[in-house]
Amino acid sequence: MKIRFKQHSVLPGFGPSLGYTLFYLGLIVLLPLSTIVICSSQHGLENFLNVISSRRVLLSYRLTLFTSLAAAAVNCFFGFVIAWFLVRVNFSGKRIVDALIDLPFALPTAVSGIALTTIYCRNGWIGAPLEKLGIKVAFTPIGITIAMILVGLPFVVRTVQPALEELEQELEEASLSLGASRWTTFRRIILPMVMPALLTGFALAFARSLGEYGSVVFIAGNMPMKTEISALLIITKLEQYDLGGATAVATGMLIISFILLLLINLLQSWSSRRLKGI
Amino acid sequence: MKKHLFAIAVAVLSLHPIASAKTTELLNVSYDPTREFYKDFNREFSKYWEKKTGDKIVITQSHGGAGKQARAVIDGLKADVVTLALAYDIDAISEKTGLLPGNWQSRLPNNSAPYTSTIVFLVRKGNPKNIRDWDDIVKPGVEVITPNPKTSGGARWNHLAAWGYVLKKELGDLSNLKNVDPAKREAAEKKAYEFLVKLYKNVPVLDAGARGATNTFVQRGIGDVLLAWENEAFLSINELGPDKFEIVVPTVSILAEPPVTVVDKNAETKGAKNVAEEYLKYLYTPVGQRLAAKHYYRPVHPEYADPADVKRFPQVYLFTVDEVFGGWKNAQKTHFDDNGIFDQIYIK
Repeated sequence: MKIRFKQHSVLPGFGPSLGYTLFYLGLIVLLPLSTIVICSSQHGLENFLNVISSRRVLLSYRLTLFTSLAAAAVNCFFGFVIAWFLVRVNFSGKRIVDALIDLPFALPTAVSGIALTTIYCRNGWIGAPLEKLGIKVAFTPIGITIAMILVGLPFVVRTVQPALEELEQELEEASLSLGASRWTTFRRIILPMVMPALLTGFALAFARSLGEYGSVVFIAGNMPMKTEISALLIITKLEQYDLGGATAVATGMLIISFILLLLINLLQSWSSRRLKGI
Repeated sequence: MKKHLFAIAVAVLSLHPIASAKTTELLNVSYDPTREFYKDFNREFSKYWEKKTGDKIVITQSHGGAGKQARAVIDGLKADVVTLALAYDIDAISEKTGLLPGNWQSRLPNNSAPYTSTIVFLVRKGNPKNIRDWDDIVKPGVEVITPNPKTSGGARWNHLAAWGYVLKKELGDLSNLKNVDPAKREAAEKKAYEFLVKLYKNVPVLDAGARGATNTFVQRGIGDVLLAWENEAFLSINELGPDKFEIVVPTVSILAEPPVTVVDKNAETKGAKNVAEEYLKYLYTPVGQRLAAKHYYRPVHPEYADPADVKRFPQVYLFTVDEVFGGWKNAQKTHFDDNGIFDQIYIK
């Protein structure tokens, strides 16, 4: 007699976890987002194309994308440095610095926006000296970038930190003892190992900046065609009770963000595959 | 919204022990600067109502930007009465939801506005740039703070006030614009457009809301003049000390009529329509008028208010949105909707 065992998947809990993943993503992410797409499609493709191809909307997309990219790039550099510092250096008060990193998460964005504007406007602590040098920060794209840097920083630090902790110092020692310079060791050993985490951090910080409204709107100055972010345009259309226009701008933004995030994810999986290759 | 639900929950819980007398709840959805006024007014009205009918009444207040408040009601916030800044926002509620009839504005006297206000200038103490009237704020080198009319209801009043000033200067009396020669009127409007181009050139930052603009002017010290509602200008001075700012009232300005109305279907469902109507009518009584004047709104019946309060409001030539712009819907469309005059000024 043959005894038949129930065939289990090689992955434990595959069925339920897949089910929950799809259900949860569907409920929390896809359902609300799909209403935006549906609502905008109700107003017709032509309306959608008209709205998103208007110069003002295109300029706002450009501004939002460039400032978000710039902010994410700056955060990658300094986020890496901070993460490195926190992982490699022991000092008293480290816990306090560690906790400080998370503050931008906790602060209501309007609060950080008002605080940043107060500091960077032309009568502010940092704004006044910069103004003398001829650099305007508040009410320019630079100010927008700074607000985005603030809200995005924790993402990079928090994703890079664990990767740095995992890093085996033996590898660095081996590299150094084989005669590689510190810079080569960093470039050939450390950076590739941390790269996937850094890219994730970049993607998170970038995505957060794309959608940021509360902190940016105070420092942006909201000058038409110059410092209008896409989120502001969405709000202005809502103020006119123009739901079709607002959802069109939002849908355009969703599509651009999705493509960019997909690209970053591909890049990230490529870099982690390459890492496993060595 | 959440805060709001919480407030209702608290109100409901605190009501619990009262059993015998009937208790009605009323939700008044209003905009930002009326907070203090309605706090006082609600207290007076509940006293009056309890004395008159023996029933208790609990009035809950919700405040926020006028546009956002209107949208909340459209999205299902169960307001029994709305007391907002713009007739346009209440029109939108009526149009989108049918909760109240389209002719709501004719149901109460004075276009359903029991108190009014106007647009004035807030300048720094001593008026260093010597700003007396509208012409002074478009001079080169004067910085003007006004919020973005695309996002702020208050900013729309500022914009329209400036426009009307130029028409008044060019055409004289504004109460009978229908009889003005169209060519003449067009020429005047061209002048008004040029005036606004100059005005916006003097604006260094367009904050998203009136509160943000006040912050920019008061806290950050940016700008020489803030365009603001008269009642809010008084509030700013009150809060920040009269030694720092002063109010300049221009010769011509716009009559701001913040309207009030019952949201019929919401109030009916709750069985509170009668109370809601009485509540709004009470705004026109001596008690309501006195409180409105106390809180820096111009009462429609100044004879009921404290003469000392009324003295704070200088005489101005005031024109209405209906006279000059043919109503808010029109004004919104020509001036502030996409490709309207505000957009043209910036996109050109």
